[in-house]
Amino acid sequence: MSEAKGVGGIDPRATPGSAGAGERPPVGTLAPAGEGELYAPMPSKHMVINLGPSHPAMHGVTRAVVELNGEIIEEMKLDIGFLHRGFEKSCENVTWGQVFPYTDRLNYVSSIMNNVGFALAVEKLAKLDVPERAKYLRVITSEIHRICDHLTLVGAMAMELGAMTVFLYGIEARDLLWDRLAELCGARLTSNYARIGGVARDMPEGWQEKTLKVMDRVVAIREEIGQLLNRNRIFIDRCRNTGKVSREDALELGFTGPCLRASGEPYDVRKAAPYLVYDRLDFDIPVGSNGDNFDRYLMRMEEMRQSDKIVRQCFEQMAPGEIIVQDFRYALPPKPLVYGTIEGVMAHFKLVMEGIKIPAGEVYSYTEAANGELGFYVVSDGGGRPYKLGLRAPGWPMLAALPVMTKGSLLSDLIPTFDSINMIGGEVEQ
Amino acid sequence: MSKAVIAALVERFPDAVHAPYEGVGGDDCAFVERSRIVDVCRFLKEDPALAFNMAPYITAVDYLGATPRFEVVYNLLSTVHNKRVRLRVKVPEGPEGVVPSVTSLWRGADWFERYCWDMYGIPFSGHPDMRRLLMYDEFEGHPLRKDYPLRGRQPLVAEREVHDIFRGPGPASRD
Amino acid sequence: MASELDGLPVIATRREEAEGFLQGLVSKSLGWARKYSLFTYPFVTACCGMEYMTMASARYDSDRFGAAMPRFSPRQADLLMVVGTVNCKQAPILRRVYEQMADPKWVMAFGVCASSGGFYDNYATVQGIDRIIPVDVYVPGCPPRPEQVLDGIMLLQKKIQNQSHKLIDRKPLPVIAGGAGR
Repeated sequence: MSEAKGVGGIDPRATPGSAGAGERPPVGTLAPAGEGELYAPMPSKHMVINLGPSHPAMHGVTRAVVELNGEIIEEMKLDIGFLHRGFEKSCENVTWGQVFPYTDRLNYVSSIMNNVGFALAVEKLAKLDVPERAKYLRVITSEIHRICDHLTLVGAMAMELGAMTVFLYGIEARDLLWDRLAELCGARLTSNYARIGGVARDMPEGWQEKTLKVMDRVVAIREEIGQLLNRNRIFIDRCRNTGKVSREDALELGFTGPCLRASGEPYDVRKAAPYLVYDRLDFDIPVGSNGDNFDRYLMRMEEMRQSDKIVRQCFEQMAPGEIIVQDFRYALPPKPLVYGTIEGVMAHFKLVMEGIKIPAGEVYSYTEAANGELGFYVVSDGGGRPYKLGLRAPGWPMLAALPVMTKGSLLSDLIPTFDSINMIGGEVEQ
Repeated sequence: MSKAVIAALVERFPDAVHAPYEGVGGDDCAFVERSRIVDVCRFLKEDPALAFNMAPYITAVDYLGATPRFEVVYNLLSTVHNKRVRLRVKVPEGPEGVVPSVTSLWRGADWFERYCWDMYGIPFSGHPDMRRLLMYDEFEGHPLRKDYPLRGRQPLVAEREVHDIFRGPGPASRD
Repeated sequence: MASELDGLPVIATRREEAEGFLQGLVSKSLGWARKYSLFTYPFVTACCGMEYMTMASARYDSDRFGAAMPRFSPRQADLLMVVGTVNCKQAPILRRVYEQMADPKWVMAFGVCASSGGFYDNYATVQGIDRIIPVDVYVPGCPPRPEQVLDGIMLLQKKIQNQSHKLIDRKPLPVIAGGAGR
């Protein structure tokens, strides 16, 4: 459109299809050509629009500046850091035990998985083995939180595509699970459950039966959600073939977790490098084929089913026993010892005031969190505080790849894509 | 587990890869010469026997008081052979401590390198878009350096306009 | 909360008395209407957003208090709920959102990060949103339970009822120096 006549280089008086009318619009998008004077050509216009950061579809913390050609995204720039709250710096200034509350607030939908990931990293560095029962408890709570995370994702994704019901169902199921977790660890959301060397509390009496009952209800709700969405015309139209990522791209961009598996790469840390008791459990890893938003949604639904299976197996295999190592260099001594013996007081004092002494060294530990590989790069100088605590956030590469995923697609496809990668501000922006 | 990876690296790059060791928990680690990191990574990625097709995590550490001061840590993964390797690169402080970017091999390294620049002030050469990632442009200093104070708050700045953010390549018609 | 009526002079003409009486009635009924139709703007940034979701959905149902209508445009909202941590990069945006809201407007600091910065006492985090905008209700907790938030809404409703409302309010808007409002 170099010979500019009128707005956008188009002469409004020219007959459609002639040289002055600019390019013909794509068939099917605008009024058919050949309607004479009544036909108004609608030139697509370049514009730069701003989405977020305080925009409901941007989850409050991401600013996307999108360059549009009509409705097609030509270029997109992300500006993040609106929830950067200095996780690493804060952690370097507290003792090893005090890091747990900070890890809760990384992926706040599934906080126990962050607790467990950090505890495993420190235990790997300290070469510490955890009691059997603690391992099972960690797996049970992690998998329950995986279900919570996926329920939230599916609910939020459906809500932003217009299905409010699914959101309400998902939140109801999530609340049921949170009630059980609140009975176990005292908090609904920020659980602070794992400890270095074990877990904080054992199951209360009757918790197993209650949890199994709730899980049955959650299964029913999940099936209902599936019925609402799996064959929903609107949902499928908006999700299928949007936000597509090929297997090679997904690997190169560093995807992990459900987003990588949706593209066809069967990599799951739980199978590839089993930690805790995952090698004793029977579960499958769902793998997608298209790598589009609908596959990512289906992946979440199937993973919830597998997590349910894992929790039930753990309850069957679990035996009574210790829940934390009985080594007072790492774990707090029980209260009777603290109040009754001088050794107990001293161990307690040293652990609280100076922190656990972790041998000097560096380690990279990785676990499979709800969104993918949750890695901690831990450097210790032998003192009571972490020297460096690097966080590999699962959602980070997916958010970084959003401009690649949405390039050339419609602006409205940005919404399901942004939802299905499950960007959690707390972990991505630390 | 994967001694073969480190052995192959040392054999291929005897001058660039040194001091290989087995980390805690059996990880394979090695130190790599700063100027050769892209060659080493390209070899790791393109050799079919190694096929490190993913770079899940790149970060930096500030060893204040040591020379050279910084270290960039590359955690690489091969989903084909299910192997991991950790490469550590020593980086001196200041403008001469430029690290070649590996974004040409793994596009996913983009934000990790920007993060290293933002938080530690380690510049990368050959990176397509070297800007701050999490902090704002007016922020002075690099907060994760050990000599940056924990509570080093800086004055609030005005919100940035759209045209101030959108600075990437694009058609000239942009305002 | 002392209402404006308390400050009326003791000796007044009958006309002033009548006006004051009418103004009191208007204020009470406007307060009653306003406290039960809070349109919220959820400025959701962080963890507390999960509890906001719970609070807004079926089980806790903030609709019972007339505060269920999230408006995602600040120009249509009258209750700004700041849900989650606000850091130095986010602060000017919060300020801008607040300035875009039409009067009368109220602000709720949802959770301890919005109230005081929480345990993020470091270079990145603003130590409480009351350093940027005025706050009416603080809800503590990290994150607060939904019951706490409902309690906060009820406190705010009490405050709104006791404020003086006028049919026509031509007070000039307060100009806060500096910042990014345009």
